[in-house]
Amino acid sequence: MNNFTKLQKKSSVEWNALLNPEEPVIYLGMASCGKAAGADKVKQAILNTLREIDRPAKLIEVGCIGTCYLEPIMDITAFGNPRVSFGNVDEKFAESIIRKYLLDKECHKGKVLGYLGSKSFDGIPGLFEQPMLKSQIRIVTKNCGLIDPENINHYIANDGYKGLLNALEKTPDEVIEEITIAGLRGRGGAGFPTGIKWRTCRNTQADKKYLICNADEGDPGAFMNRLLIESDPHAVLEGMLIAAYAIGATQGYIYIRAEYPLAIVRLQHALKQMEEYGLIGKRILGSKFSFDIKIKEGAGAFVCGEETSLIHSIEGKRGMPRTRPPFPAVSGLHEKPTVINNVETLGTVPHILRNGSKWYRQFGVEGNFGTKTFSLVGKIRRSGLIEVPLGTPLRKIIFDIGGGTQKPFKAVQTGGPSGGCIPKELLDTPVTYETLASVGSIMGSGGLIVMDQDTCVVDVARYFLDFIQKESCGKCTPCRVGTRHMVEILEKICHGEAEAEYLDKLESLARLVKSTSLCGLGQTAPNPVLTTLRYFRPEYVEHINEYYCPALVCNALIEYTVIKEKCTGCQRCVSVCPTGAITGPRSEPHNLDINKCIKCRACYDVCRFDAIAGNAIIITSRKEE
Amino acid sequence: MESSNISFSEIFKMYPVEEGSLIPLLQTSQATYGYISGEIVEAIAGYLKMTESQVFGVASFYSQFRFTEPGRHSISVCLGTACHVSGGATLMETFEREMNIKPGECTPDKKFDLNRVACLGCCALAPVVKIDNDIHAKVNIIKLKEMWGRYE
Repeated sequence: MNNFTKLQKKSSVEWNALLNPEEPVIYLGMASCGKAAGADKVKQAILNTLREIDRPAKLIEVGCIGTCYLEPIMDITAFGNPRVSFGNVDEKFAESIIRKYLLDKECHKGKVLGYLGSKSFDGIPGLFEQPMLKSQIRIVTKNCGLIDPENINHYIANDGYKGLLNALEKTPDEVIEEITIAGLRGRGGAGFPTGIKWRTCRNTQADKKYLICNADEGDPGAFMNRLLIESDPHAVLEGMLIAAYAIGATQGYIYIRAEYPLAIVRLQHALKQMEEYGLIGKRILGSKFSFDIKIKEGAGAFVCGEETSLIHSIEGKRGMPRTRPPFPAVSGLHEKPTVINNVETLGTVPHILRNGSKWYRQFGVEGNFGTKTFSLVGKIRRSGLIEVPLGTPLRKIIFDIGGGTQKPFKAVQTGGPSGGCIPKELLDTPVTYETLASVGSIMGSGGLIVMDQDTCVVDVARYFLDFIQKESCGKCTPCRVGTRHMVEILEKICHGEAEAEYLDKLESLARLVKSTSLCGLGQTAPNPVLTTLRYFRPEYVEHINEYYCPALVCNALIEYTVIKEKCTGCQRCVSVCPTGAITGPRSEPHNLDINKCIKCRACYDVCRFDAIAGNAIIITSRKEE
Repeated sequence: MESSNISFSEIFKMYPVEEGSLIPLLQTSQATYGYISGEIVEAIAGYLKMTESQVFGVASFYSQFRFTEPGRHSISVCLGTACHVSGGATLMETFEREMNIKPGECTPDKKFDLNRVACLGCCALAPVVKIDNDIHAKVNIIKLKEMWGRYE
């Protein structure tokens, strides 16, 4: 263990030097979301500027702090001042910040988000005073966006691997006891108590046991696992070591989506560093505990998030589920006891071992202790990844943290395609596994899709069912055939071809699929339909009886029109229309031939966003009897 | 594909002869040759001592594998939930219409292939389109046309 104490000291020195560095340090958020927002170009601009002004400075690539709507995010520490963070930094702005700060020692106040650390910075608020960050409790995401995910020393300097050290001083049973008392429940969605899962595996006699980290984040609209692995991979890996020690596993797998290439690179890099530090392999940190981890790339199948399908996929088979019991904790991979934990569950484990179960139980509510991360997306002002204690009301998450919607709020979908659509009347529902189930939804892995009045709930239900139907593995009939029929009915409703009795058919079919499917995919698939029918039935009825789509989404029920009085005759729409449906000479109001119009929305977007255009194209849905 | 002169046996020797090697073998083959050809299926089956139908049965189950030659550039339109509510489907329709191909197909000049992806995890920047390794954020129809014009 003495070697590790040395590493801790070395890491602290390295980290503390960054807090008050001799030469300026620039941090740039380079997770996938930052890159999509243009961080690569900003990085180039930073390097060019540093070369031009000929000042030494260090550039560190970090992950994402979760305020994705502010990406790209750049921080600077210099001249004895605290680290200060800037948001929505483009190439030009990066250049001007660096020139002003490094040459004139003047900190640019525009686009400044706040300072970090305990020392204050004149005239600048603390970063965690940002409206999106203020109400969060960050445990799992504590390091995200702040440390270099490719530098293990940063992780160690921030209490990294202390949880493992504490665990190794306990017996495996004591570790399981700690997790059980903490009340940690599976963050993959179902909320099964982690301690019980571990205990079952521990108590099963076998010559070999496995631990699998489920990073097959297939839920469309959710990216908690991607962000955590890209920003702080060691948190998950430390959790895996602790779990493996507790259950007695010698081999671990990380089953991760191939769609997350950067996360895979981060894990490979982290594993290499662990090897150098003696944190993986034989006799970890000089103890009797040995453990290896392999990365297995998923191949794109939503159903592989289900435990038994995931196991089949690792075994090289089609990812189809099987009936349970036996549960994987008794007979899993290669018929050996196997624990499968979600990324976030494992990311939480080190914190519990570091600070104790009592500490962990101060967050959340009885039966739902601790925090949960959510990806807050859709029609929301401040989108990104957040972490809040369980029991936080949806209203607080969406309005206080997310800043609400631009147009009137309509509903929020929790739990992705397996979850439900929750209307505004139920916004005060606290987020716990049980309360979400009581309103017809599920916690799920943490996707929160916010919808406003421009979102059609019938279309959303159709979208989810279509997704599930395509992802259904085909093993059991209710899911394979039932979801297919549900999609057909929903398509007819969206096309204005449905009859009144279709709704009852849809509902009974949904109940049948829910109660008779083999695995979680089919059992939860009807939730979006059942909840939208429960809370938004009038909208379905309007589609069927009046051919009316109030959100103006369902193409068959809407029409595009040019308002002659507003049209400036700029011909922008004429040039984008792919079918020649819009005609008219320059400077005269244009004509739109609805028989040629394919409703592709190109004219609408150009008319709305172009400065010369007059916002003259409107979409309407007529009520007909 | 730049590295397509790598022979099957060079790929195969990286993996032990066991069922669990099948998916990694398919993945490495696709990364090397761009797609899973009949020839590759046959060779993998021979190597792992499985039937060709077993190999193809597994490969066709997973959406990652393609069985036709890809274009010089790969377009992936994200159809995740956040992208859907922000107009992702309209983007897909535009690609389909303008290029006159369906998802999974390639343009006749082999310039682009078009794919649907369930979610790229960049939901806060929806709708997103990935061309090769570049993720384009907050795409609309006007941006989209400019975007693909930049690829040769």
